[in-house]
Amino acid sequence: MKRLPWWLRDLIYGAIFIAALIGASFGMDAIHIVGIAYYQRIIVLMGINIILAVSLNIINGHAGQFSLGHAGFMAIGAYFAAFLTYFYFAPYVNKFPVGTEQFVLQNALLLVAVLLGGALAALAGYLVGLPSLRLRGDYLAIVTLGFGEIIRVIILNIDKIGAARGFTGIPNWANFFWVYLFCGVTILISWRLVQSSVGRAFLAIREDEIAAEAMGVDATRYKVKAFIIGSFLAGVSGGLFAHFMMYLNPDMFRFLKSFEVVVMVVLGGLGSISGSIVAAIILTYLPEGLRLAKPFLHIEKDPRMVIYSIMLIVLMLTRPQGLLGRRELWQVLSRRKEAPTEEPDATSRS
Amino acid sequence: MQAFLQNLLNGIAVGAIYALIALGYTMVYGILKLINFAHGDVFMLGSFVGYYAGRFAIAHMQNTSGTWTSWIVAGAIMLLAMAACGLFGYLNERIAYRPLRNAPRIASLITAIGVSFFLEYGGQFVFGPDPKFFPQLVEKHVLQFGGITTTNYQLIVLVVAIIFMAILQYIVYGTKFGRAMRAVSFNYESASLMGIPTDRIISLTFVLGSALAAVAGILFGLSYPKIDPLMGILPGLKAFVAAVLGGIGNVPGAVVGGLLIGLIESFVSGSRFSNFTPAIAFVILIGILLFRPSGLFGKYEAEKV
Amino acid sequence: MCAHSLQWIAVMRPKFLKLFTIIAAVLLAGCPPKSEVGGGGGGNAASSGGDILIGEYGSLTGAQATFGQSTHNAIMMAVDEINGSGGINGRKIKVITEDDQSKQEEAANAVTKLISQNGVLAMLGEVASSNSLAAAPICQSNKVPMITPSSTNPEVTKKGDYIFRVCFTDDYQGENIARYAATQLHIKRAAILTDVKNDYSTGLTTTIERVFTSLGGQIVAKQSYSNGDSDFRSQLTAVRTQNPEAIFVPGYYTDVGQIAIQARDLGMKQPLLGGDGWESPKLIEIGGKALEGSMYTNHYFYADPSPVVRNFVQRYRDRYGAIPDGMAALGYDAAHVLADAIKRAKKLDGPSLRDAIAATRNFQGFTGTINIGPDRNAVGKKIIIEEVKNGQLALKATIEPTASATPTATAAQ
Repeated sequence: MKRLPWWLRDLIYGAIFIAALIGASFGMDAIHIVGIAYYQRIIVLMGINIILAVSLNIINGHAGQFSLGHAGFMAIGAYFAAFLTYFYFAPYVNKFPVGTEQFVLQNALLLVAVLLGGALAALAGYLVGLPSLRLRGDYLAIVTLGFGEIIRVIILNIDKIGAARGFTGIPNWANFFWVYLFCGVTILISWRLVQSSVGRAFLAIREDEIAAEAMGVDATRYKVKAFIIGSFLAGVSGGLFAHFMMYLNPDMFRFLKSFEVVVMVVLGGLGSISGSIVAAIILTYLPEGLRLAKPFLHIEKDPRMVIYSIMLIVLMLTRPQGLLGRRELWQVLSRRKEAPTEEPDATSRS
Repeated sequence: MQAFLQNLLNGIAVGAIYALIALGYTMVYGILKLINFAHGDVFMLGSFVGYYAGRFAIAHMQNTSGTWTSWIVAGAIMLLAMAACGLFGYLNERIAYRPLRNAPRIASLITAIGVSFFLEYGGQFVFGPDPKFFPQLVEKHVLQFGGITTTNYQLIVLVVAIIFMAILQYIVYGTKFGRAMRAVSFNYESASLMGIPTDRIISLTFVLGSALAAVAGILFGLSYPKIDPLMGILPGLKAFVAAVLGGIGNVPGAVVGGLLIGLIESFVSGSRFSNFTPAIAFVILIGILLFRPSGLFGKYEAEKV
Repeated sequence: MCAHSLQWIAVMRPKFLKLFTIIAAVLLAGCPPKSEVGGGGGGNAASSGGDILIGEYGSLTGAQATFGQSTHNAIMMAVDEINGSGGINGRKIKVITEDDQSKQEEAANAVTKLISQNGVLAMLGEVASSNSLAAAPICQSNKVPMITPSSTNPEVTKKGDYIFRVCFTDDYQGENIARYAATQLHIKRAAILTDVKNDYSTGLTTTIERVFTSLGGQIVAKQSYSNGDSDFRSQLTAVRTQNPEAIFVPGYYTDVGQIAIQARDLGMKQPLLGGDGWESPKLIEIGGKALEGSMYTNHYFYADPSPVVRNFVQRYRDRYGAIPDGMAALGYDAAHVLADAIKRAKKLDGPSLRDAIAATRNFQGFTGTINIGPDRNAVGKKIIIEEVKNGQLALKATIEPTASATPTATAAQ
């Protein structure tokens, strides 16, 4: 395998991955156990959250920037992709009779819509990143939070895309295959990025920005890059979300959503890609899994979210560096010490 | 002109409440560099303590409204709320933040979010999600002067807020404890080397901040009698913005920030742009931060290498 | 990469073992719960002889929890009564309830779970139109009939032929309150205060404005707020300068009470006019004297002297210790409409049930006569206009519909 040129190797891996996804899609459709649709739904939502968490991990984990506005970028991607589909693509696709031609066209246009949504989100990321990156840690947090809210309020006032009523009638074009395909793409981008020179620059900025600048790393340029990439992927996840939920409402993108994604990234371990994935899976499942608490405890009221919040606190108290710290899953499992380990940060305060 | 003055008065009254909450944010940040996301919900807790205490008081004491006994009762309720929230602040710090003192800062932020959720959902679970009507602790009078209409509640809010801010100012700048607080926020390690019991100072800071939030909660309950377990989210966020606006870590800055946010809200929501009110505060914040990255009164600390 | 990971088997640290078991326990705990599936095994809702499974999704927690809990209480009471008198053709109804935390994504999840895991035959819910809009496409594509008791946004029933509603729409109530104000209260100049965060409110605003101005009225001021805001003085100050005769406030009761108080504090004496979002036992508790003289449109009047309504109110009060509000009345009616349709359905499956619901005519509910029209809305429902008088809700007018699809209000009393 090592002797083949890198692009051929990548192509083969990619083909295997896509084949596996197609196989899994068919497999999932073929299973007819009662209740499987519910789990399929959760699995797709997990996929979307994985994209969100891994993309935020690029900004917060690798580049060390504290962004609290991720939901805003997701919203831009979601609404723009939905707008394109609803007003332009869907009417066009529906002119074709049901068949392979329509199927191919529909999927192709979904790809286009989602990517364009991501592109607009990336532009927003650029516009947000540029002025904000003079600011330090916590100030950056509040500014990104602010941008997220501003984006949401703007969407709330545009009647063409539904305003407070919400955007209904988005066709259900996204499915397991597309969501997990983009999961794979996101993980690939993130993984390759952190190993590249750009990624090294990110890590350098995260560890010590001034030292990095002294070594010739243009911090602002790289920080903006991190924002652009992260927000592009967030926009992509938004577009997929729109085509899965078939309905959008600005309320889905409040700052609480940004918090949820930040929790996923931190819980998994800031900087760990596999950590973000694991945390996204767990935290997507938890509110659903906790539906059982009510019948289990035989009480009238639903204690789901109270238990959820307690678990969150306990998890952070027992493992503050996150489930995987800064390491990746395979490093943790094999106890390798090569990768950067978590040292108690001597400069964690002041 | 009349509308302008009216909005001005409203803005200051609301801003005073935001300022009280912002003070808690800013003090905790100054000492621990922690954004205590749960602070808005401590404010909610204060309101609810006031609600239950107020109902109890009204049920057991007949016909005292209008007399000065009701003022004493109101004062007692406020002190009770302050004590309850102070206690909560202390426990919060001990349980959720102190163990993470040496962990990466982001960890305590997540526990803060967890505590916030716990208070919100727990509040819905325990108190019920329906909004409740805060009892009228003191009789309300509508006052009119110069074309402006107001109630004695707004004046009470202003007076009480000023009193507590003055007390805080005295504590921070005129007592040994205050000096210790300032020392710890300036440099934690050196302060502990100087023999300052940092743990105790931090605990007391939390207690103080939470007590102020309780005062804000009671005043809010008086002015806007509808309370519910989720009421702390928005004011908490606005107060946080106010604290940052004034320079987070800076005590007078928090007050100015709070008043500013209150005024902005007041003027914008009465204008043609009222649709965008939630966003305008952020726009102004971002604008100010672009020119003064550490907030209005914050010191731009050059990072020593 | 592949070879090294095999070492972990030998050196699995105890800490991770603990973590793994916790995670595994949580994940496994969610596997298809055996007890949740009622009646015969496999969860087939219409399996012969077992209970009939109905799904209910609502906001039991979160910002709209009061609406959801009201509806839920009423539905449970209705179902218990139906079961108590023998059920439907001898079979009992079992309601499986899922909370959606007042969030749209959760509504979609809840509905998916109810349909796929519990295999419900039909769905009841929701109150908030945005939650109904999120859930409706899922019910539609799974051919599970859905009846919303209180979602008033016209879009909801347009989602598909399996989606029904038993209440009037915002078009209808907006038109009627505007008409009543213009023709019966003889108001020429009015202001509107809209909750921009709430599609219910923005929808009503559009209709009210349109109808009011078409009848010769003039909207002299338009202001907006977001639900959850506490301070409305700035907006009210702006309205005050225009001196309207009345103020339309088509929002939720949680804000209306405060708006009224603050308006009076500012010295404004105009009556407020609103829609069914005002409906709650807490409305007067929050608004108090400030609401005196204000009116709103509603689905039913709790103090209606007719023995049937009084009986209903009494039963609800005995069971839950509170007076049933409009949401409860609608929830009750929706449950009964569904039960009635199940009884009439040729077979117990989606398409037949849908046809039966669509054929509902002259159903006597507490909220009026329910006729399901061709657009799956309840046509021609009567509208109650209630006024706050002496600290209590009093019946101001009952507007009976004419036979046409968009009834023009005939003023009464």
